Amino acid sequence: MRERSSKLNERLLYLASPIGLLAVWQLLLMLGFGDRRFIPAPSDIAVRFWELTESGELAWHTAVTLWRVLAGFVIGAVPAVAVGLLMAMFRPARIFFDPLIAALMPIPKVALMPLLLLAFGFGDASKIALVAIAVFFPVIVNTYAGAANIDRIYWDVAKNFGASTYVMFTRVVFFGALPLIFAGLKIALAVSFVVLVAAEFVASKTGIGYLIWNSWELLQVDYMFVGIVVIGILGLISAVAFQEIERKVIPWKAP
Amino acid sequence: MGARPFASARRGEAKGRAPNVIGKCLMQQRRGATIAIAGLRKEFGEGRERVLALDGIDLTIAAGEFCCIVGPSGCGKSTLLRILAGLDHATSGAIDVDAKGWPVANAMVFQESGLFPWMNIEKNVGFGLMTRGVAAVEAGKRVDAALRLVGLTRFRHHYPHQLSGGMRQRGAIARAFVTDPGMLLMDEPFAALDAQNRTILQAELVRIWEETGKTVVYITHSIEEALLLGDRTVVMTAQPGRIKEIIDIPFRHPRNVMELSSTAEFGALKLSIWRILEDEVMRARAEIDG
Repeated sequence: MRERSSKLNERLLYLASPIGLLAVWQLLLMLGFGDRRFIPAPSDIAVRFWELTESGELAWHTAVTLWRVLAGFVIGAVPAVAVGLLMAMFRPARIFFDPLIAALMPIPKVALMPLLLLAFGFGDASKIALVAIAVFFPVIVNTYAGAANIDRIYWDVAKNFGASTYVMFTRVVFFGALPLIFAGLKIALAVSFVVLVAAEFVASKTGIGYLIWNSWELLQVDYMFVGIVVIGILGLISAVAFQEIERKVIPWKAP
Repeated sequence: MGARPFASARRGEAKGRAPNVIGKCLMQQRRGATIAIAGLRKEFGEGRERVLALDGIDLTIAAGEFCCIVGPSGCGKSTLLRILAGLDHATSGAIDVDAKGWPVANAMVFQESGLFPWMNIEKNVGFGLMTRGVAAVEAGKRVDAALRLVGLTRFRHHYPHQLSGGMRQRGAIARAFVTDPGMLLMDEPFAALDAQNRTILQAELVRIWEETGKTVVYITHSIEEALLLGDRTVVMTAQPGRIKEIIDIPFRHPRNVMELSSTAEFGALKLSIWRILEDEVMRARAEIDG
């Protein structure tokens, strides 16, 4: 009984900081500190949130952003995992790809946006491509590190028990690298939201990034906040979902 | 060997000991591979960094023999085993393994079990069958038998991290036996276990070996273990590893590991082997200390 109540206390404490922050924010504005035209109160944001939801506008922007993240994520991550594993297994692959990655990785991916607009036009494709490129690098680096650090004994076991290159690839190296692959995917997910919102600021008429930037241009600060809140929620949900997937897929590492 | 090395499962007629049911399902009733090593030499590194690990190794191991190799740390006994396993190459010399008629020439049991953490016990044990394309039904039967042999049936769906060190090592033994190898190569398989578990597993290994009659090459740093398990004990010198002496172990089979270790003959033999080994251990220590 006591244990349960202490758990409940912890949960309340966990919620205390965000709720407290919102309460102080609301109170200060209601007491007349700050200009509500520029700094909307949480209640104002909630009202706008509801309006945008009812009109369907918010759902549309959210869906567009999610689609771009998801498509770009898959297109970037799958080859990154494959090439990363190949690099760990075959020295020539490593020698071939290493300088390419070293040279391209430090480029801020947002800087590629004009180039991608040129190549893919103003539609979804250019944004998806940007996300894919941004996702590719953290995933490939982590995959390679994960596969290269697999304990030597597992290579020996696989070899001694007659594993072909294909079996080595699919049953040993891939799974051995999986914990670090997941670490890479998590970083990539955060990065993909960053680059996508930035791209939607300047090169889109849809998406949450567009909603934020457009609201800024019209000086509708409360709408801006709605966009920011949505991005926060999307990030939170995807992080939690990832954790669950990780627990399912990597049972031997799960706590 | 054809494309399906396991397809002709029941070949060779019964000979020797009457096997129990599990043994019958899993193994062929023949003795294991013969091994002939002649003038084996192994060097590591190049130029000034070159180290001679093994030199002038001549050793013949009979079919069905349990051969133990003892020596001080760094005497190259693990290297010898890795060469036998095909995981490393000799610099010169010849190894002739006659494993004709065996689906697999050798299977190794490593010091740390080396079970894949991402596979459950069943998948781990069946790994050597999966890699060789054994049909699922046949593989399933053999995995069942191997799990029963080592007493892990109840834990077949567990992952290695959910099991104790002793159970993991049993899994590794099952994984090796299930492929029905001509020889079993064991690299200090019980070194990382506590004393009680080690004794239990030694007794089980002796039982399984007596049932299956495979050739076993067993590396250990423990004289006691070599005496409990082996037909012969090869004593190696410190670096470079050479064969110092080969001792026949006179104890009859079937052996009772616990009883045997408390007899007077056992103690006497243990002491005499220690006398042989002692100089080498001291020499190895002196070299490490500089």
